[in-house]
Amino acid sequence: MTLLAVERIKLFSTRSPYWCTALALALGVGLTAIIAGTTDNGQMSIGLTQFGSSQLALAVVLVMSALAVTTEYRFSTIRATFLAVPNRTSALVAKTVVVAFIAAVLGEIIAFGSWGLAKVMSPASDLAINTGAEWRHVAGVGLLYGIGAVLAIAVGILVRQTAGAVAILLVWNMLLEGLIGIIPKVGVKIQAWLPFQNANHFLALPGGDPAEQPGAGIDFKLSQWGSLAYFAGIAIALLVVALIVAKRRDA
Amino acid sequence: MIQAVRLRKHYGRTKAVDDLSFTVKPGRVTGFLGPNGAGKSTTMRMVLGLDTPTNGDVTIDGKHYAELKEPLRKVGALLDAKWTHPNRSARSHLKWMAVSNKIPLKRVDEVLEIVGLAEVANKKAGGFSLGMSQRLGIAGALLGDPEVLLFDEPVNGLDPEGILWIRQFMHRLADEGRTVFVSSHLLSEMAQTAQDLIVIGKGQLIAQTTTEQFISDATQDHVRVRSPHALKLREILAASATVTEDAVNGALVVHGLPAPQIGEIAAENQIVLHELSPQRGSLEEAFMQLTKESVEYHAH
Repeated sequence: MTLLAVERIKLFSTRSPYWCTALALALGVGLTAIIAGTTDNGQMSIGLTQFGSSQLALAVVLVMSALAVTTEYRFSTIRATFLAVPNRTSALVAKTVVVAFIAAVLGEIIAFGSWGLAKVMSPASDLAINTGAEWRHVAGVGLLYGIGAVLAIAVGILVRQTAGAVAILLVWNMLLEGLIGIIPKVGVKIQAWLPFQNANHFLALPGGDPAEQPGAGIDFKLSQWGSLAYFAGIAIALLVVALIVAKRRDA
Repeated sequence: MIQAVRLRKHYGRTKAVDDLSFTVKPGRVTGFLGPNGAGKSTTMRMVLGLDTPTNGDVTIDGKHYAELKEPLRKVGALLDAKWTHPNRSARSHLKWMAVSNKIPLKRVDEVLEIVGLAEVANKKAGGFSLGMSQRLGIAGALLGDPEVLLFDEPVNGLDPEGILWIRQFMHRLADEGRTVFVSSHLLSEMAQTAQDLIVIGKGQLIAQTTTEQFISDATQDHVRVRSPHALKLREILAASATVTEDAVNGALVVHGLPAPQIGEIAAENQIVLHELSPQRGSLEEAFMQLTKESVEYHAH
């Protein structure tokens, strides 16, 4: 508990988390506002409300999470941290828990904020959350952010540089996994096992227009919750590797 | 007490620290002296568990740093004053450190008062001058009221007032019975600060002794003598001392006889003296002589 308090103090005594939170909110909810504003009243769907949260704002949250570690390396405060808490694994796990929790809460705020705004802007549309799939689609965004944060922190610990970690995360999430689908025949088969594709699969709404949804056309082998577990498994595996490396490496 | 036993740290083929053994005693200021690149910082980082030794062992009161529970209460360290987040205030910086080791938060304001930063406690550390950063670093080292203190080049970049302050401060800490281990590449600075010296060069131990002993060993006294009868005088003095000739001005350089005695010998033999001056070797010169072989980068 002590270490969680330490990481909370550290995170909130600098400015970058505030900026990233504001930016994620603005982008996530903002995109929904634009979509709602340009869609005819009555035509909005729950799927359309979460485009901003599950795609655009997620990228900002990944960056925020990676920054929480890479700035520590950048300014050598990681050394001060390891002096105060020589057990590096517990120090870094505490940081991961705090950042992932904040990311998850932020995800719920953005998801329900987007949904609420769409409801106000497009009152004639059917945006009631009735089914389990619809709940998963909206409330699941927080889970996605939390797991994404773990993954981003792992990358941050391994790479130690802000520029490198951010580049890896953004290219991986926004470009690489999508581009692999271009490879003839095997592309979509590989995609079925890529972490962010599985994250999208978890959120996917059944029966919706497939072209509307990211990850359309991929033949996933896992159930939707299975995909989430798979995404989480990869994030945790990467974190374990990062923790082992951090423990062995000279600080 | 800090004890290093056959400590080694190799980076590939570079031997940053090579078979280094030493002891740092409580109640004294121990200087850790060596040219730049001698391995002082690497050694301190190994003491603090930041770097893992390739070989050998270093302990604080018999324990590895990583085994200490709430280590800031036992060991305070200032390795680099810039280990702060520039956007974080001085108080927040000390606050998270205090919380991590269950140190009461009122201690944060106490140490800020001690180092004279109380007025800028809520200012961002990124805006601090080097001197202020050093003070913040010292505040962090003192936070847990530790028995053992390590300072790496604490006077670097400080003005004379700051240097004096740190020097007196370290003496006070040692007088309170604490173990104070402070590194520097300046012997003149250490001569005024440290009671004991551990001298290293190229990662190897050159000397471990008291400062007093080290200085008297390193700076041998000699006497410069000039006389129109230099040849004759030299013959007589050679019986009881080592005499060499200064090639530049022809003066005799006498080791092993004090100036008054040389004067008396000259008078007995009716030799006129034009100069009879006791000389003291400079500290820096002696240190350079001693570490000449172990300086890593030479200017040509």
